[in-house]
Amino acid sequence: MRDRRLLLLAALVACGVGAHFAAGLNPYYYDVLVGVGINLILAASLNLVNGHTGQFSLGHAGFMAVGAYASAWLTLRAGGGSTLVFVLALLAGGAAAGLAGLAVGLPSLRLRGDYLAIVTLGFNEIIRGVIGNCEALGAQRGLGGMLRHTDLFWTFTGAILTVYVVTSLVGSTYGRGFLAVRDDEIAAEAVGIGTTKYKVLAFVVAAFFAGIAGGLYAHFKQYINPEGFNFFRSMDIVVMVILGGMGSTAGVCVAAALLTVLPEGLRWVSHLASLPAWLQHVAENRMILYSLLLIVLMLTRPQGLFGPRTARAHDRP
Amino acid sequence: MPPLPRLLAAALLLAAPAAPAQDTIKVGEFAALTGGIASFGQSSHKGTLLAIDELNAAGGVLGKKLALLTEDDQSLAGQPATIVRKLISQDHVVAILGEVASSKSLEAAPICQENHIPMISPASTNPKVTETGDYIFRVCFIDPFQGTVMAKFAASRGWKKVAVLTDVKQDYSMGLAQFFKAGVVQGGGEIVKEQSYSSGDKDFKPQLTSLKAAQPEAIFVPGYYAEVALIAKQARLLGIKAPLLGGDGWMGDSLLKVAGTALDGCYFSCHFSADDKAPAVQGFLASYRAKYGAEPDDMAALGYDSAMILAAAIKRAGTTDSAALRDALAATKDHPGVTGRITLDDKRNATKPAVILGVGQGGFHFVESVAP
Repeated sequence: MRDRRLLLLAALVACGVGAHFAAGLNPYYYDVLVGVGINLILAASLNLVNGHTGQFSLGHAGFMAVGAYASAWLTLRAGGGSTLVFVLALLAGGAAAGLAGLAVGLPSLRLRGDYLAIVTLGFNEIIRGVIGNCEALGAQRGLGGMLRHTDLFWTFTGAILTVYVVTSLVGSTYGRGFLAVRDDEIAAEAVGIGTTKYKVLAFVVAAFFAGIAGGLYAHFKQYINPEGFNFFRSMDIVVMVILGGMGSTAGVCVAAALLTVLPEGLRWVSHLASLPAWLQHVAENRMILYSLLLIVLMLTRPQGLFGPRTARAHDRP
Repeated sequence: MPPLPRLLAAALLLAAPAAPAQDTIKVGEFAALTGGIASFGQSSHKGTLLAIDELNAAGGVLGKKLALLTEDDQSLAGQPATIVRKLISQDHVVAILGEVASSKSLEAAPICQENHIPMISPASTNPKVTETGDYIFRVCFIDPFQGTVMAKFAASRGWKKVAVLTDVKQDYSMGLAQFFKAGVVQGGGEIVKEQSYSSGDKDFKPQLTSLKAAQPEAIFVPGYYAEVALIAKQARLLGIKAPLLGGDGWMGDSLLKVAGTALDGCYFSCHFSADDKAPAVQGFLASYRAKYGAEPDDMAALGYDSAMILAAAIKRAGTTDSAALRDALAATKDHPGVTGRITLDDKRNATKPAVILGVGQGGFHFVESVAP
């Protein structure tokens, strides 16, 4: 446990130093890096639900939307706000998303598998529908005018804390319950583990961090729109978790970074003037290339990038 | 975790392309080439590309060739900001063209404004887009304008008693209706009845029956083509003979397929007409057909105009310096575009005539163009 805290401290210091030196980075790379950080938070938190607890949530972007809109609304009310206001708004956004997680979790987590997936998908659409009809939140026009508070420091602090909380939670004696629910729900129930309680807890924690990610996103892009939190955004995060290896935090983090950087890298490839014309044409359809890479990866490593190794470490008594 | 960002940064830095060549003027474009609204994005991109090719064939601008750098935003939120940062910081473009959808333009606009890079949206009609700042322009008219235009048109035809049927789910429809009503009253006309529906509705007979009782001389239906086609059919079934009027939302492949002859004798406002005999329009039509073997639509025409207005401003400014270019753009006056003579007003919106198209004989025909 002490090692873990030291590691956290070291990571946060490194993050601060790294962010300090990255301040002069080309804005495009900076943008991509912040995107990596935000996706790290989203994927690592969804991993708690989909990976460690073995549930299937398709509504992570919905929680992200709650956090994004709640925090943006708060900083806008505060007239842009200082860094302190921003951090408080982030936490409030996370709390609002956590509450939403509780509201969805309590009734629906008695469902399993496909049914739960459908309910969470429905929740995502409901959130989008509500925001899209709420004039105070800009309805379909979207909400803009937030100051750019989000930087690499805050994004990666959020990512490090997410990873820390999720791994500590799952690694603790109490947290073994998550894995028990995943491995055999009936057996877990039989030995007295409150499966619903664990599922709701996983949901609320994951939703909280998704809300934080949403807040960071809103204060980086400075414009949010209900369309940005649709089913496809949720699917992106699910793909990161599956590609990384369900339940493997390290794998999910690598996958999140990879899937954020890859499309941009392919963008660069498609503009290489030295490529022969036919190859350039292939690269122009970079999203097909991207999908092909995903298929190849899933065929060669169906357990995910880092799947089995870490999973075994978890299973060790 | 901490080494990761730096490693990535290093990897990305290695991947950076060589320094920009000095003999070209780089123009950035972001468009939805794939994804949900790709049909609009592809059209505007084709129009833009055509303009750049024509300019280069004529010797370029300021003695330099124009290079159009296009990035695809996949119709996804979050992408425009990333792409525009790339175009500005890595490719060092002098201006940005894009996007069709207002939600994408709203995301990119703050970044262009912050970096003082002029941005011209071809077709984002939401008034908020250009309110972002003084570097953001557009070459299309905004939603309220079409409402005013159709009110003027109704008055010119002598239709004094008009009714309005609004789609309450669309900002667009509400905006058009609001300014149409104001325009009618101002022109001495009268709104005899108002009714509303929601996108996706299929049965409009209750509203139409109520409108019929008020005996309007014309009915303004500022909705999208899917509902408008059904409304027209049901109105004729109920024996309503009054013509329907509408905005550019009517323009859609399935409008006439569904409505059949029910819309004959109806009118709507639009960005340009292929029947327009103006040399700018006929020249554009000929070169577009020659290059792509297809008929251009509104989006292609607007994309073409956005690039041409930028090139004209660069010529007038005599430099690509951003402040001078911005001032030259803001001074755009009577630019002979495909979508009309374009003047940019002090809010950086285009003031130009709207085209009114009539429906009949299974197609659209040019009726007149209405100046603002």
